[in-house]
Amino acid sequence: MNLWQEYKSPTSVAEAVQDLASAAGPALPIAGGTDLMLDLRQGNHPPVHTLIDLTFIPEMSALELRGDELYVGAAVPVNQVALDPLVGTHAQALTEAANLIAGPQVRNTATLGGNVAHALPAADGTIALTALDAVAEVAGAAGRRRMPFTSLFLGPGKSAIDKTKEIIVGFYLPIARPHQASCFKRIMRPQGVALPILNCAVWLERDGDLVRDIHIAVGPGGATPFRATEAEAFLRGQSFNDETFAHALDCLLDQAKFRTSARRASADYRRHIVGGLLKDVLDTAWKRAE
Amino acid sequence: MSTINLSVNGKQYSLESIPGETLSTMLRERLRLTGTKIGCEEAECGACTVLVDGQPMMSCVYPAERADGKTIVTIEGLAQRVHEEMKLHPLQDAFVEHGAVQCGFCIPGQILTAYALLKRNPNPDSADIRFALKDTLCRCAGYPSIENAILAAAQALRTGEPVQKPTHIPDSIHEHKTVGHSHLRPEAVEKVTGEALYTDDLKFDGMLYAKAKRAMIPHGFLKKLDISKAKALPGVAAVLTAEDIPAEKNHGLVIFDWPVMVGIGERVRYVGDALAIVAAETQEIAEQAVGLIEAEFDLQPVITNPVQARQEGVPQIHEKGNLLKHIKVRKGDMDAGFASADVILEHTFHTPTTDHAFIEPECSIGVPLPDGRMEIYVGSQIPYQDRTQVARVMGWPEERVRVVGQLMGGGFGGKEDIMGQIHVAMLANVTQRPVKLLFDRHESLLVHPKRHATQIRVKLGAKKDGRIVAMETELYGDTGAYASLGEKVMTRATTHSAGPYDIEHVRADCYAMYTNNPPAGAFRGFGVTQSAFAVESMMDMLADTVGVDRVELRRMNALHVGSVTNTGQVLNESVGLTECIDRVDAEMRKHTPRPFAPRVDSANPNLVRAWGFASAYKNTGLGGGAPDISGADVELYEDGTFQVRSSAAELGQGLVTVMRLTVAEEMAVAPEQVRVLVMDTDLAPNGGPTTASRQTFVTGNASRYAAKTLRDQITATMAEKFDVRPEQIRYEDGIVHVNGHSMTYAEIYKEMTAIGQQPKVRYEYEAPKTMPLGEGGDMHFAFSFGVQAAEVEVNKLTGEVRVLKVISANDVGMAVNPLGLQGQIEGGVMMGLGNCLTEEFIVDNGNVVTDHLARYRVPGIMLTPEITSIIVEHPISSGPYGAKGVGEICSIPTTPAITNAIYNAVGVRIFKTPVDQEMIARELWEREETK
Repeated sequence: MNLWQEYKSPTSVAEAVQDLASAAGPALPIAGGTDLMLDLRQGNHPPVHTLIDLTFIPEMSALELRGDELYVGAAVPVNQVALDPLVGTHAQALTEAANLIAGPQVRNTATLGGNVAHALPAADGTIALTALDAVAEVAGAAGRRRMPFTSLFLGPGKSAIDKTKEIIVGFYLPIARPHQASCFKRIMRPQGVALPILNCAVWLERDGDLVRDIHIAVGPGGATPFRATEAEAFLRGQSFNDETFAHALDCLLDQAKFRTSARRASADYRRHIVGGLLKDVLDTAWKRAE
Repeated sequence: MSTINLSVNGKQYSLESIPGETLSTMLRERLRLTGTKIGCEEAECGACTVLVDGQPMMSCVYPAERADGKTIVTIEGLAQRVHEEMKLHPLQDAFVEHGAVQCGFCIPGQILTAYALLKRNPNPDSADIRFALKDTLCRCAGYPSIENAILAAAQALRTGEPVQKPTHIPDSIHEHKTVGHSHLRPEAVEKVTGEALYTDDLKFDGMLYAKAKRAMIPHGFLKKLDISKAKALPGVAAVLTAEDIPAEKNHGLVIFDWPVMVGIGERVRYVGDALAIVAAETQEIAEQAVGLIEAEFDLQPVITNPVQARQEGVPQIHEKGNLLKHIKVRKGDMDAGFASADVILEHTFHTPTTDHAFIEPECSIGVPLPDGRMEIYVGSQIPYQDRTQVARVMGWPEERVRVVGQLMGGGFGGKEDIMGQIHVAMLANVTQRPVKLLFDRHESLLVHPKRHATQIRVKLGAKKDGRIVAMETELYGDTGAYASLGEKVMTRATTHSAGPYDIEHVRADCYAMYTNNPPAGAFRGFGVTQSAFAVESMMDMLADTVGVDRVELRRMNALHVGSVTNTGQVLNESVGLTECIDRVDAEMRKHTPRPFAPRVDSANPNLVRAWGFASAYKNTGLGGGAPDISGADVELYEDGTFQVRSSAAELGQGLVTVMRLTVAEEMAVAPEQVRVLVMDTDLAPNGGPTTASRQTFVTGNASRYAAKTLRDQITATMAEKFDVRPEQIRYEDGIVHVNGHSMTYAEIYKEMTAIGQQPKVRYEYEAPKTMPLGEGGDMHFAFSFGVQAAEVEVNKLTGEVRVLKVISANDVGMAVNPLGLQGQIEGGVMMGLGNCLTEEFIVDNGNVVTDHLARYRVPGIMLTPEITSIIVEHPISSGPYGAKGVGEICSIPTTPAITNAIYNAVGVRIFKTPVDQEMIARELWEREETK
């Protein structure tokens, strides 16, 4: 009962896609593998014949500015994301989320690609990328395509990416312009499973006292990473004060579908605490965007 | 097949890849670098941390193939990295000097993680260290010592100076030459270099790997068991079932009610029951074979909790019924007591099942010897009882079994019962090959006995001024499928359920019930953790009802010399409770003059802080009429060194240091002159179980009296030889002075052996007699007392609780090794904090939900408060130099101190642990809504 039979270490995306297609049995890409290894070991994942290690592909481990976008390879270790000054400058919410994903040793292997591919609606990295309006680059037999971030998700644990055929190569983030800023925070429950009970990321652009543009992501606020589009629409063009915040929160509460997770948090509790978290995150991003 | 080229600790290796191999397995099995430990295999505990290209990584989830072209550093590679010769790295040095090493199992991971931190940040502060070590768990939980060690190492690395020793740990107030001063653990160095061997680190020629087939149903009868496919699998050496059990079918610590394996037609009582055991050439084949075993059951309704178990008409799990024991405490006249009370309070509390979560999972190896004997290598808290239990099932005389105890990666009460010992003996006997049975974390969580879940109702009557006159308690304890130590644990919960208070009228009834949950047995605190939470919560409620200060209320009711406990024991000496109360109170008020009043954070009005206070006591030793015996040998060797031997268990708590210091004190030699051997039933006498905070007392005494007897023999021999009076012989600094002659111990050895005297003494120490519960008199020969105050911060919006500070005073009689004591007390507080805030072993209708470490949260360094330890030393005359136990008391008051603090901060009373932040938030928002 070996966890896998064959291990491939391709050095290009094309080779990796080819390896997926030509494997002698069920094949899966492995980036950090911190979750996959556990799933295989604990029998939560059907047996795999071939593992295709993506960490030897330079393109997928790159983190760089490309034109007016910041590119983060899907196999860049989360810890590198957390420490990278470019990410700090252009996507502070991602820095903050990356610093909170799992623990330090796991962050040295875990990747954003893995965080996203698991398609959990409240994963820290996912929620930050949702608010930052990331675009994913996906490679398959038919070539490459760019996908809006939220289109990667079909439901809890259900990705739009067919992992046996396709690979998330990396993520593109818009670089920050003056008066744009972001922030990520979360609330934990110390006992029980590792996921936070609620997290929130905000990206916004200020125009003096007015909100020029804003993205709000809350996890878990639905079956897929939730964007509070109603609240965003209301806040655009408004001045940011207690009154507008209260209304935006109402919009969010109307739109979000908070659920009860057994032994983690009830929907009621999430509804009760989301306002405080959102306020905290918004206030911080607002100040940063001054 | 491909080749993996990698550098490990500076050496180049070229290894063929093995499908499915992780880096940790490659390092441990192929390179035999066993300093890399496996605690969970799920990237949760951090014990397997190694450096890959300088970055700390969890090697248990790191595919070996990925290491191709990488540079790996393991704990074995650290020591020689400073100079050419083997020299400890300053981090290793600092971990030793600061007492950061206890059981040692997590230490390689801690040190390597810290090493990477210091490489990138040579001057880290406390926050940096905590951030870096967040997921490197230490269950002995000397986190403050670990932090101090890293700070000291960082300084040494920056300055090139030697590592600074800790300066904040005072010596004992009782003056002696050696005991009472801080000393290093004898095995600390091997634990920081990775040389220390734990059971799973051993490999024998021709060794087979075993695995048990578990029932995985909570209740039912085994109808059919088909092992044919497993037997036919190539590489399988043996598959055994209940039919193959040679003699006695059951094991157990007090009651033999736990089947070695469940046979056809017999009852499965919990998910962890073994149905069959397999031995195979590899671990993988053993696992595969277990997967091929088919079982069919006639499922039965599940008994899920002790209250249900006692109801009429429910299925009876054992032949004698579901009641393991009805335990009664009676003192005074309850009617008169409550009639004389001005106020009566009554509340019910619930505590959950919790798991020890020692970082080292259970492992046993059976090795058959050519002469027909069997060796069992195991980390066990009761080596001699393992021997008895293995022999009973094998149908052998006890002497045919040798238990060779190994270093243990923590126990905390969870390694007292039989786990794999009997199974490996059976398999090794049948195959005549060594057999190893290692639990993975999943199996460990499923199978071994836990802390009892309880329901505790307390009814308390008091005078207007706060004097308690009557206390009535009713306890239900969930002992799960088998008795283990359930009766003893719940007896302790019951006798301690009125708290450490002098109360005239007491009545307690406890129902220790069988259920279909995993068994419950010993766990640090031994029942008192649960009842202390109930009674100390009641104390605070009483304080509010009568309007008396929380501390004053405890002071006025505290047990003192002359008090009669609720089991009728007169306390004649060594009752340091009041001093503990006074000193914690004083320390707390130094920080906060009005400690129990809520203080709102000026920057964030949602954050409220307050202190909470709690007291407790805990017996030292078995008590209740059980003979409490430990044997020790002390022997002088030709080179003038000594060895002290006892088959008591060292699980990380520091007994070996206590034994060494004791003998060094008595023989007037440096501690380094004394070697310690523990846990070997062939080589050392029975030290009894390592439980009930008893080893410092009993084996400390046995070592002391053995040494003293040896010294008396030397004195007598020398007095005769030199014709002097015995009083003229002095022992000083390793030299025996006889009337002008100065002799080394090597010379003494020569003198003794020359006249045919073996300088070797065996001493069997028996602690003062105790009485069974219900018969009055001394139920225990000593009690330790503990008081803690905790400062918490509660977020009123989210209900989140953070513990900021804990002050812990413990009356330990005498601090034999203050350095070891410090770590043990810090760890006790952290275990108490976990018990209060994070830990809950969840069983749903008999099925274990928390079956991985990821689902069972033990507190890490991030949750560690500032811990202040105050040692109180009211000596007990029968203890070694006055010492009594500390292992448990330091963990017991933490939970109620925290829950009382939560109440003081936000007015929410916690009736059920662990604390549920959602419940706090809900109560606060509902209160707001009804306003």
